[in-house]
Amino acid sequence: MKTVCCSILGFGAIGQGVAEVLLMKKEYLRSIGLEVKVVAVADSKGATVDPEGVNLADCLARKRTSGTVALESITGIEVISSVDHKLVIETTPTNIKTGGAGLQNMLAAFQTGKDVITSNKGPLTLKYRELMETAKAAGSNFRFEATVGGSMPIINLANEVLAGNNVKSIKGILNGTCNYILTRMLEERASYSDILVESMQLGIAETDPTYDVEGIDTACKLVILANAIFGLDVTYKDVEITGITKVTPEALEMAYERGHVIKLIGEVSRERIHVAPRLVPINHPLAVGGTLNVASVDTELAGEITITGKGAGPIETASAILSDLVAIYGNQ
Amino acid sequence: MRISMDIELKDVPGQMLLALQPLSECKANLITVLHHHQKRTPRKTVPVQLVLETRPESIEIIKAKLEESGIRVVRVGEHRFRESMNVVLIGHVVHTGIQDTIDEIDKTGFAEVAELSLSMPGINLLSSALIRIDAVGKEDLQKALSILKEVSVKKELLMVLPIDIQA
Repeated sequence: MKTVCCSILGFGAIGQGVAEVLLMKKEYLRSIGLEVKVVAVADSKGATVDPEGVNLADCLARKRTSGTVALESITGIEVISSVDHKLVIETTPTNIKTGGAGLQNMLAAFQTGKDVITSNKGPLTLKYRELMETAKAAGSNFRFEATVGGSMPIINLANEVLAGNNVKSIKGILNGTCNYILTRMLEERASYSDILVESMQLGIAETDPTYDVEGIDTACKLVILANAIFGLDVTYKDVEITGITKVTPEALEMAYERGHVIKLIGEVSRERIHVAPRLVPINHPLAVGGTLNVASVDTELAGEITITGKGAGPIETASAILSDLVAIYGNQ
Repeated sequence: MRISMDIELKDVPGQMLLALQPLSECKANLITVLHHHQKRTPRKTVPVQLVLETRPESIEIIKAKLEESGIRVVRVGEHRFRESMNVVLIGHVVHTGIQDTIDEIDKTGFAEVAELSLSMPGINLLSSALIRIDAVGKEDLQKALSILKEVSVKKELLMVLPIDIQA
């Protein structure tokens, strides 16, 4: 049995999802020879640290009742430098302007020789090259499947499962909130603003939905795909972006009468990275509804391969983090 | 001008060459030839569709020369568009001059707005239009699209393109 000591930095919805999945999958992990011991859990108010392993069920209960997991006033960075462990599961909130705490945590983790698995898009959108080089220099593993498409295994599909194939382009729906809004606008023949309110009430859209509806979230995911799969060195500023705020129910209806739906489509190739509402034939593989995400990978040998799945949600995102964890330590 | 011409060839060797000779003599530019080998007309001839570019005054000469060679000319007409695409425009489509937007495409000669659906839900609300653009060929469609893109930027319209079109 191999023991992997890890920290969970960021204990919002995704961090808690990771804790739940680690509890759920304890036996499975043991069956493949892995004992995952969480030695620290941190949120914005502090952390819980126990070199012998924190009790995840207690952490989840404490977070739900008191709003924080913290038992001591220690930051994520301090956890990285002072607590002995191998893996940092970085699930702090995305900040695409500065990279936020996530960027500092990742760099500090690599500088102390730790591996990083993350769901945090911000640092990868801004400093992909620097992060990769720092990880490489330290001999650290760095995986981030959860940053794009939630449970949908797009990065690992293109880089590992389809290894040897030259990927020509990837296009798809990478934001569940926009997909939900456009789907519901057509179903209800309701305005963008009405469905936005509904999405907020259901917790599908954030209180400030700008990142989602202006196409910025999709653009960030395309940047990660461009860097990780196409080997480019681009940032969010290299993406042409048009969001969905101008789309009308009348436009959706007219398109539907001619056999099309309107979807916010992100597209990346070596030549161009671009996000815009597009007309998609109703029977097209990318015409999925609700909050689903979908991506078509156009490859040199295998042709076009399309995958679809839940793009958000704590457990779904934690599923991608778990697959990264198994990918790193499962075969060692 | 670009025209399409439906002709009928006898089912014997050398007929195609005979048909192309007058085109060459009149310096017509042959764009496409659709030779329906497997089909037969009630007259037992093979139908062939040609698309060519030529001066208007040459059309009758070509027709006469073909008929002199025993080739039946069934139909001559302005070439119909082969490519088609739906585009959605959202914004102040009407107030910014929809006619002018259509004219920009129509005046190219190689593409035209063939269908228009318009919805104006209310004053001060965004209008939506779905237009079908027909064009002679794929490249012409792409050119028409570039023109429409320029117009849309100028008029601050959101242009929603089909997913299979290079945006």
